[in-house]
Amino acid sequence: MNVQDVMRVLEAELVCGEENLDLEVHNACGSDMMSDVLAFVKDQAVLLTGLVNIQVVRTADMMDMVCIVFVRGKEPDADMIALAKRRGMVVLKTKHRMFTACGLLWENGLRGGGTDERAKMDI
Amino acid sequence: MNGLKWTYEVDGSDFTRAGEASSNVKKNLRKLGVSPEVIRKVSIALYEGEINMVIHANGGKIDVEMTPEKIDMVLADTGKGIPDIEQAMQEGWSTAPDEVRSLGFGAGMGLPNMKKYSDEMRIESTVGVGTTVYMTVYIK
Repeated sequence: MNVQDVMRVLEAELVCGEENLDLEVHNACGSDMMSDVLAFVKDQAVLLTGLVNIQVVRTADMMDMVCIVFVRGKEPDADMIALAKRRGMVVLKTKHRMFTACGLLWENGLRGGGTDERAKMDI
Repeated sequence: MNGLKWTYEVDGSDFTRAGEASSNVKKNLRKLGVSPEVIRKVSIALYEGEINMVIHANGGKIDVEMTPEKIDMVLADTGKGIPDIEQAMQEGWSTAPDEVRSLGFGAGMGLPNMKKYSDEMRIESTVGVGTTVYMTVYIK
């Protein structure tokens, strides 16, 4: 699926990053704990989170993620949007809660990472 | 050593700016054509270190030096120091205040993540004087 599909499946609203909606994504991660994202994620393209501060965007940037989805109607602020734009990231917001949003994406073919894949990580 | 060098002062008073140095290093490494895997290791290790400096030490100084073989990072602060480094290295051990947890950090993953993503890591710390973390990532 691509970012456009993520947006459709989550009935999400585009905040920024229109030019990158065609990017292919295969894996996602849902977390409000950024250190967990930094610890367990590898090659995941989509970050779903209910946390709203600039470190969410920085974390996604460090992980080379292409899309951030804010769940449960959370609103990113202007600084976060500006940084995401500079990094070419797509930012979406959905009214779905974290569990539902992750479930919908899983049902539509996105897969996760985390502890199952931790053992396979080579770094 | 005649590597490329970058130095950053980390502002400890503003959590929203934490990560700017790491982000800048990442941009520099990308311009230099360093492999994405190495860039990611350096970025994450440095980012966690930078966050630590802001949370625990009211900022500090980061020196990064790159040679064809490796990237060395030195993160020095004059914070309160770490009384028990072994304990601080354990996943889940944290002395961060609760408000830091609400910002997505402070779960005791910082130092373990830094160790995980760097190829070599060494910590020197004196209580009341400060902490210096040395990390190296090899360029394969």
